[in-house]
Amino acid sequence: MSLAKLTIVESVRDALDNEMAQDERVVVLGEDVGVDGGVFRATDSLYKKYGDHRVVDTPLAESGIVGVSIGMAAMGLRPVAEIQFDGFTYPALDQLFSHAARLRNRTRGRYTCPLVVRFPYGGGIRALEHHNESPESYFIHTPGLKVVIPSNPYDTKGLLIAAIRDPDPVIFMEPKRIYRAIREEVPDGAYTVEIGKAKILREGTDVTLISWGAMMRETSKAADAVAAQGIRAEVIDVRTLSPCDWETLFASVQKTGRAIVVHEAPKTLGFGAEIAARIQEKLLLYLKAPVMRVTGYDTMFPYFKLEDAYLPNPEKIGKAIEKVMKY
Amino acid sequence: MQKTVANFSVKYVQILDEKGNVDKKLEPKLTPQQLKDLYKWMIVERTFDNTALALQREGRIGTYAQSLGEEAVHVGSTFACNDDDMVFPDYREHAAFIMKGVPIKNLFMHWGGSEDGMKIPDGCNIFPVCIPVGTQTLHGAGAAIAMKLQKKKSATLTFVGDASTSTGDFNEGLNFAGTYVAPAVFVIRNNQWAISVPRVCGKSDWGGCQTRAETLAQKAIAFGFEGIQVDGNDVLAVYSAVKEAFDKARAGKGPTLIECNTYRLGPHTTADDPTRYQDPKILKEWQAKEPISRFRNYLKKKKLWNERFEAAVQAEAKKMVDQGVLEAEKHKPKPTDMFDTMYKELTPNLKEQRDEFG
Repeated sequence: MSLAKLTIVESVRDALDNEMAQDERVVVLGEDVGVDGGVFRATDSLYKKYGDHRVVDTPLAESGIVGVSIGMAAMGLRPVAEIQFDGFTYPALDQLFSHAARLRNRTRGRYTCPLVVRFPYGGGIRALEHHNESPESYFIHTPGLKVVIPSNPYDTKGLLIAAIRDPDPVIFMEPKRIYRAIREEVPDGAYTVEIGKAKILREGTDVTLISWGAMMRETSKAADAVAAQGIRAEVIDVRTLSPCDWETLFASVQKTGRAIVVHEAPKTLGFGAEIAARIQEKLLLYLKAPVMRVTGYDTMFPYFKLEDAYLPNPEKIGKAIEKVMKY
Repeated sequence: MQKTVANFSVKYVQILDEKGNVDKKLEPKLTPQQLKDLYKWMIVERTFDNTALALQREGRIGTYAQSLGEEAVHVGSTFACNDDDMVFPDYREHAAFIMKGVPIKNLFMHWGGSEDGMKIPDGCNIFPVCIPVGTQTLHGAGAAIAMKLQKKKSATLTFVGDASTSTGDFNEGLNFAGTYVAPAVFVIRNNQWAISVPRVCGKSDWGGCQTRAETLAQKAIAFGFEGIQVDGNDVLAVYSAVKEAFDKARAGKGPTLIECNTYRLGPHTTADDPTRYQDPKILKEWQAKEPISRFRNYLKKKKLWNERFEAAVQAEAKKMVDQGVLEAEKHKPKPTDMFDTMYKELTPNLKEQRDEFG
């Protein structure tokens, strides 16, 4: 198998290309995905290769894109819908919550919704309002959806292929802040990364740092920084938030006795709250310190002059590590 | 400079008048058996409806949405479908389910509070009951776009109510269907009410109505295709309009919107009390225009109806419906059922929760 050096956004394109080539049921649709190749170029060149019937430019209507995709999926297609930005998923929430997530169970399996909704998410790119959201909790809280957030090019390709082949609706959130920040070797051809499995990025014994998406980079930097002081942090990339790989998380925290969750989304009812709750349910007597969270604040995502103040960073994470180590 | 850049009109079609007299020029070419079938399906839906209402009053099913008075819309439209055409209902089109082959047992299981009811048998091409009004328009449009992409000969039939036309999804659905010239037929069951809010705006300049648009059919014009209005209590007019729309869809000529003017002779659901907002005089006027007796008069004139036929149809309908009740009431779902079809495969998290039930 040969390897190419790809960025995250190039891995998205590569995954789509692979699946479109091997399965004619796969259809890409969304605003500007065709001729333009997507505003981030995630579908670049696919229009030329597969034509306007499989790389489908749509009217500007997010609920429409997702609702039409549900109808397509029910007819046996494998739609991959792009929503241009995180904040524009909100008009489509009704279709996702009320239908995509429920169709299988509402009909006890007679109709299904093998659909991927992918979109760039998160802050840190000095963008306009509504272009910086981290809405993962809404989707994780909706039974029937799966939620996947890769943090590197290899996982992006493998997870997106797995998402397209998944028999259930998958919300695929792409960390736009690091779309082009990392370039790494990605195998040619199709491979999958299993949905439902976290990845231990670095082994350690003193504290477990849990994160996903663009925050993995900040979290790893924090782990590097405290290593100099002799603190060995275990770093876990959750990768698939629903279903979540609780086994891997629990095994790590049982070993280290300390846990910190890092995410961009607001603190209240962010996925960190669920992780903290489950850790104390299962592992109370193993804990040497309370489970901490380093997250966005319970504010709207600020306009970009204040976004650095809002976002978790290695310093904030470092302080939390210090706290749990001294507890 | 000033000029008119576009002109539009909306056609209205009635084939049977309120007394059952037929407009010979427009009379569809249906065989005597097909005409009798149309009548039978309307009687089946009326029988189902009466039975469901009685069961709700006895606490044997949950909240129920009646179809009383709207039978011609459901039966006439579905009768124009081929087997492989896909129907996207909302929640009042009981006849559409039955005519698409869904056992009546399933409908009573659904209204009796079990998801198993919407486990529609394979080969019955109808989507499940859709409660958030208007949202199904997008599914009908999307399925039609998929059929076109897959080069199928089939088309979709989507039912919405009058109030659905106010939703974003209805408008987005029509726009998608129009944009892709999709083989889609959209039927508005305009029963004049959205619970207590009337379809038509009166003299008030302060809302309290669904839309100030003169017709609902004209909404199609904004999306580049034809909208027509028919007498929704005239089963022949509904059938003819929907049939023509299907023929057009299959010929690659895109979608059609058909507004069927009818009247909700019952409450919104069994939880509603229309005496709080409805003028009984208007109700009475519409009762006189209801679809079944009108069609019966037409059949009488064609010598296709007599007392014996009526008795046979009523007996057949009662048998079908009673059988459905009997079978549905035997159905007992297990608590673990709520977990098993959330995903194709049970997740570890759901398995743990399911295990609480042993």
